[in-house]
Amino acid sequence: MTPGLLYALAGVALFVLGLGAMVLPGPALRRILGFNVMGSGAFLVLVGLAQRAGGVDPVPHAMVLTGIVVAVAATALALALARRQEEKDD
Amino acid sequence: MKALPRLAIHLFLLALAAALILAVLDLPQPAVDLPAAVAANLGKSGVEHPVTAVLLNFRGYDTLLEVAVLLIALLGVVSVAKPVHGEEEKDEGKDEANPVLQTLARLLAPVLVIAAGYLLWAGGHRPGGAFQAAALLAGAVVLLRLAGLLPAWPRPRGVLRLGLVAGLFVFLGVALLGQGALLAYPPDLAGGLILLIEAGLTISLGLILAGLFLAFAANREAP
Repeated sequence: MTPGLLYALAGVALFVLGLGAMVLPGPALRRILGFNVMGSGAFLVLVGLAQRAGGVDPVPHAMVLTGIVVAVAATALALALARRQEEKDD
Repeated sequence: MKALPRLAIHLFLLALAAALILAVLDLPQPAVDLPAAVAANLGKSGVEHPVTAVLLNFRGYDTLLEVAVLLIALLGVVSVAKPVHGEEEKDEGKDEANPVLQTLARLLAPVLVIAAGYLLWAGGHRPGGAFQAAALLAGAVVLLRLAGLLPAWPRPRGVLRLGLVAGLFVFLGVALLGQGALLAYPPDLAGGLILLIEAGLTISLGLILAGLFLAFAANREAP
């Protein structure tokens, strides 16, 4: 088992943990964090699989770099919506 | 939530994990050798680092649209933020903030700006680039905000708006200059154009990422 494959499998574990946090009932913040962890898992799978043959593939790296920034923005928007919702509920 | 659906969800998650692990282990090697393709064309890209070349030249569309997505996300955050009554934001945090934190933030902010400039320049030939530099700039802004040295943004206006969209417009402008196709840079100018795009992106992404935080800060202080 190469280190790259190990990273990919760890990414799968993160993805499933995040999915669990997102679909199980809980506060909105936990679900948003779960969504974030899912995204990190997907990034880890991409980067890990890219280097399982040894050597680095720059294409998935660039995709993950793009994805991380978009995930930050999506999380911020989700948090803003969640807070607005909470203010409405009060 | 009853116990049974919860158990069902857990079982489903375990099955999904097993299926995904099997899929990852079973995945064949890719049929197209992308690293070789990138290495073969690196000379034409204008930069020496393969990730930067992919990000801003070979797959420039992704990055261009990503900046648009970030801008839209910021608009979303600003528009769901609670309307603030006063025109100018009160700087409440200023007096309460820890003086040690304030001094540290004042010392660190210029260093972060210099580090961001270095990362921007380094992107051409080693790991680095606009995104990393923008993250540092945004970190500096968040640090200053937490130390109570910067006001929150109830609504960005004027120069700030210009800064937020500058990166996207510089990128679009360069993309339209291309020879025949969108984002096809002339090879001899590619290095300079990529640096120009990255400089614009650093400022705009830094402001956007910082704005995602500062719009929240405005929201919190609203009465």
